[in-house]
Amino acid sequence: MEIEQQAITETGDFVINMGPQHPSTHGVLHLKVTLNGETIKNVEPHLGYIHRSIEKMSEAASYRNFIYLTSRMDYLSAHMNNQACSMAVEKGLQLEIPQRAKVIRMLMSELTRLASHQLWWGALGLDLGAITPYFLGFRDREEILDIFEETCGARLTMNYNVPGGLMYDIHPNFVGRVKTFLKNFKEHLPEYNQLLTGNIIFEERTKGVGILTPEDALSFGCTGAVARASGISCDVRKWYPYDGYETVQFEEPIETGCDCYSRYSVRIKEMEQSVKIIEQLIDNIPEGEFQAKTKVVLKVPKGEYYVRVETARGDLGVYLVSDGTASPYRIKYRSPGFSNLSALNTMAKGNKIGDLVAIMATLDLVIPDIDR
Amino acid sequence: MINEELKQFISQQIPEAVFEETQFLNAVIDSSKAHAFLKTLRENPDTQFDYLFCESGVDWKDFFYVVYHLSSNSHKHILVVKAKISDRVDPKIASVADIWKTAEMHELEIFDLFGIKFTNHPNLRRLFLDDTWGFPLRKDYTDETNMVSL
Repeated sequence: MEIEQQAITETGDFVINMGPQHPSTHGVLHLKVTLNGETIKNVEPHLGYIHRSIEKMSEAASYRNFIYLTSRMDYLSAHMNNQACSMAVEKGLQLEIPQRAKVIRMLMSELTRLASHQLWWGALGLDLGAITPYFLGFRDREEILDIFEETCGARLTMNYNVPGGLMYDIHPNFVGRVKTFLKNFKEHLPEYNQLLTGNIIFEERTKGVGILTPEDALSFGCTGAVARASGISCDVRKWYPYDGYETVQFEEPIETGCDCYSRYSVRIKEMEQSVKIIEQLIDNIPEGEFQAKTKVVLKVPKGEYYVRVETARGDLGVYLVSDGTASPYRIKYRSPGFSNLSALNTMAKGNKIGDLVAIMATLDLVIPDIDR
Repeated sequence: MINEELKQFISQQIPEAVFEETQFLNAVIDSSKAHAFLKTLRENPDTQFDYLFCESGVDWKDFFYVVYHLSSNSHKHILVVKAKISDRVDPKIASVADIWKTAEMHELEIFDLFGIKFTNHPNLRRLFLDDTWGFPLRKDYTDETNMVSL
């Protein structure tokens, strides 16, 4: 009784703590939710349950080593995080990487994006009460992770990028296995649509829920599918092409519904585009070196460098400040999840508590990316 | 606007601004003028910096920088504003959360890790760490047991 009274504010609102162990947060996110009946009045995120201060640790690591800490940020976009850091160092050293490395990096990025979206799709279904998507998502994701394992030796934290290119060449089976995967996945994608996209229960729970206006999306610095569902074009691969993305043909899916369903549609369409990119590249991997020649100890010249990549969640920015020594002076990761999370309160206000799960699921939060 | 025009525009606003050229144009200004200046950048139709894509702190031992990476969706130009805070004992700067909403969370992070106080912030609190921690991203921070060092 006493506890119950403590949870009621002076104005008669009810405060509940969602997380840090709530199943739908997919990690240790703690939300303090103020409710009026079942209607959400305020959502306040409390972070830090998995804060490791990767930025501080990087200041003590060499330019070769700090890259691998970033695999532990957004672990579902590990390859893209590594790529962003490698690119920051390459920018500082003015290092041109071989064509072969660029193409393989793109291929790996798109495979990572697919794997991430498949997990998201499965988990979204699970959050909204459908169990089948989880198994179907994992069925396809498994194939990609096996390809990663064969080439990189790891399934999740791949650590495949080094400043100057790639750590080693692709496995001889790589091309064949990716083609098999593409063939299977293209057959499976209609199943995805069958199960959720046209499902009336799913549509009822997502359409018109969690509205984020374009003005708010921009002001909150949202990127990735969250901003694109609000009609904002923000694909880094289009705006600031890197590592050869200017040479491939793909579209940036944009929706204007601003709700959970739009965010869902954008990600489904992104999967189709990733398939399209992989198809263009898989038969055209150039021969040659996979790594540029670099010194053993890298010293990035004094200065400031900013690079960004499009991860599965949005725009990851790496702000590298160098003082000319062998380790970064200051490194800041502008992670997409952190900015997307800041919009949660605005999106959730006025919705019912049950919808909060749908909103969080379509934000596609990865907590270590937010806490760092 | 191209960088030269931006420079002229900034010099009119703040004559003592110092410019640095990295891949972007950098303008170094004093922290006391930051808020009014950033508001102008946001609202002036010629600059219209509507997107704060990164806000971070840098500790240069004698002073702090709060670095704002700004871009404009309509004009497609990018500008980096560095606000210099010379007071290390009680570092303070005005919050820009009223100009860009994303700043609210980014400033919480900077406050938590650098100890820079943001005045007029809607809800300034420790985001990751509890109140007894120091400010880990400061260069003079030491932790005997947990620290990773070369």
